[in-house]
Amino acid sequence: MALKIVVLVKQVPDTKRIIADAMKEDGTVNRQALPAIFNPEDLNALELALSIKDQRAAELSVLTMGPPAAASVLRDTLFRGADRVFLITDRKFAGADTLATSYTLMKTIEKICPDFDLIVCGRQAIDGDTAQVGPQIAEKLKVPQVSYVEAIENIEDGHLIVKRMIQNGAEWVRSRMPALLTVVDSANTPRPPKAKLIMKYKYASCELELDELIGKFPEFKDKDELRQYLVQKDLYIPVITADDLDIDPERIGMNGSPTKVKKIDRVVLAGGALKLFENTDQSLQEMIHELVEDYIIS
Amino acid sequence: MSNNPNKEVWVFIEHHHRQIHEVSFELLGKAKELSRTLNSRAAALLLGSDTKDLINEVKKYGADAVYVVDAPELETYRTLPYAKAACHVIRSHNPEIVLLGATHVGRDLAPRIASALGTGLTADCTDLKIEDYTFHDVNYEKILYQIRPAFGGNIIATIVNPEHRPQMATVRDGVMPIPEPQNKNNGIEVIPHAVTFDDSDMAVEIIKQELEPKDIDLKAAPVIVAGGYGVGSKENFKLVNQLAEALGAEVGGSRAAVDAGFVEKERQIGQTGTTVRPKLYVAVGISGAVQHTAGMKDSSKIIAINSDPDAPIFKVAHYGIVGDLNEVLPKLIDHFKKHDS
Repeated sequence: MALKIVVLVKQVPDTKRIIADAMKEDGTVNRQALPAIFNPEDLNALELALSIKDQRAAELSVLTMGPPAAASVLRDTLFRGADRVFLITDRKFAGADTLATSYTLMKTIEKICPDFDLIVCGRQAIDGDTAQVGPQIAEKLKVPQVSYVEAIENIEDGHLIVKRMIQNGAEWVRSRMPALLTVVDSANTPRPPKAKLIMKYKYASCELELDELIGKFPEFKDKDELRQYLVQKDLYIPVITADDLDIDPERIGMNGSPTKVKKIDRVVLAGGALKLFENTDQSLQEMIHELVEDYIIS
Repeated sequence: MSNNPNKEVWVFIEHHHRQIHEVSFELLGKAKELSRTLNSRAAALLLGSDTKDLINEVKKYGADAVYVVDAPELETYRTLPYAKAACHVIRSHNPEIVLLGATHVGRDLAPRIASALGTGLTADCTDLKIEDYTFHDVNYEKILYQIRPAFGGNIIATIVNPEHRPQMATVRDGVMPIPEPQNKNNGIEVIPHAVTFDDSDMAVEIIKQELEPKDIDLKAAPVIVAGGYGVGSKENFKLVNQLAEALGAEVGGSRAAVDAGFVEKERQIGQTGTTVRPKLYVAVGISGAVQHTAGMKDSSKIIAINSDPDAPIFKVAHYGIVGDLNEVLPKLIDHFKKHDS
């Protein structure tokens, strides 16, 4: 029987390329000014799932939650070999912290793939670096989690053997399935998109993208015709909204988020913080004194 | 909002092979400080097997109470039994704040607990303090301000969790000082709890662990002295080793220094080597290419020593000394030695 794998991915701003004007006047991040990319460790998670599918019968369902533009990371997963993709998008989900996010994702998994064998996601997303959503989903689905996964060594009899990173080394564990894995970047090198799959899926779109897409298809007189065509060709990306899920409205979005951002401060660039010391006895002593004051050395 | 007269501040005690992780002591120090502001107690949450010696260790670091679950299933850290035990004790006492180290263990366990308790959690904090908070005209007194870098370190966010308890955070190791250990054990309350585990808690079993040899343990080193291509020769690299010795530090090298044969491959720091985050990182003759800085930029304090004042390493450094290492290092070694004695 085919293994049912759910892969969770996220579109994130490329935090490595933040430049000064990517910050707004008030010090908050101007997401629009940042290139949106596939969260790096989610690509490692996808690769891990695809490598299982290389070996055995498996069906990969990919989920992402985000604005309509996040459909582009779903297309990317189709280009690499995903079987089914879903976009979870709704203004009601906005402002969610990790608790509300994990609740929404858990409810979506229960709807689209309740009999999953594995859930695979990146250890963390580079915009928040929290590494919380994976374990929180596992808790909500009452399945075991294995975090910091570097490799799957074996899958058999409803169990899998996994190598994971621990402090100062590695650990091999045997986990029952269903289970949730969070994958680190040292796990693998993600395969590139396949040309054949790009050709097949380049027009894969969700409902919210049809207005834009119809410009490329003058042969269809309206969105209904275009939608019909996409559905026929298996290119119609389903959208999941709050109304599609059996959810408690108090547990999603801002309402469902215990944590609030009190304030955001710009980081003064490290360059500006540099303090130069002369190569003199007095100056070096002063530096050592500061290190002691700051508890850096005792 | 739960009624919470005690408002205790708890620290999860992380231990491996019967050794308590330093971050737990750092957090006990912080917990003590926070509990004073709250007029409450600082307490340790200790889960393990045969915990007597661990309890004695915890007592030295300022906890007013130790909550203990002692069971053979808790010998080595595993998510499910640890999460179950932690949730059980937290639900029994309703602490105001629960802190964990932002280690592999803490970052695995904390979200599992927070989700089960339906409370908020902030990851990787670098600072914590107690202040009042007002939201939509409601004033919340003495709330934990959870301060953390976000967006790849480009911003610092202050996060609060005004209405749910406990307020939970993981905190990076090495950012808070370890309190001086005390030898008097008086007045510390030990509160044992019994937890029963069932088959579903044992869904994950550990087959084996392989730990990297301890003789080169860059990740755990609180102080690292690293040399780059600019050190010039294997002979000159001895000065780097001597400085490391004076500081009780581990020796590291950039990729260029490893490629040039100045230092062993096992000591390489950077994107293709080890990523480190020590309290103190001394970069000697390292230009500061991204390849290298990606693996050390999160160190608490970085001292760069380079003869080129325009070297990019000064962009990530906190302290800089521009000069020839043959002149700077002997002086610095001397001063560190003097400081130590």
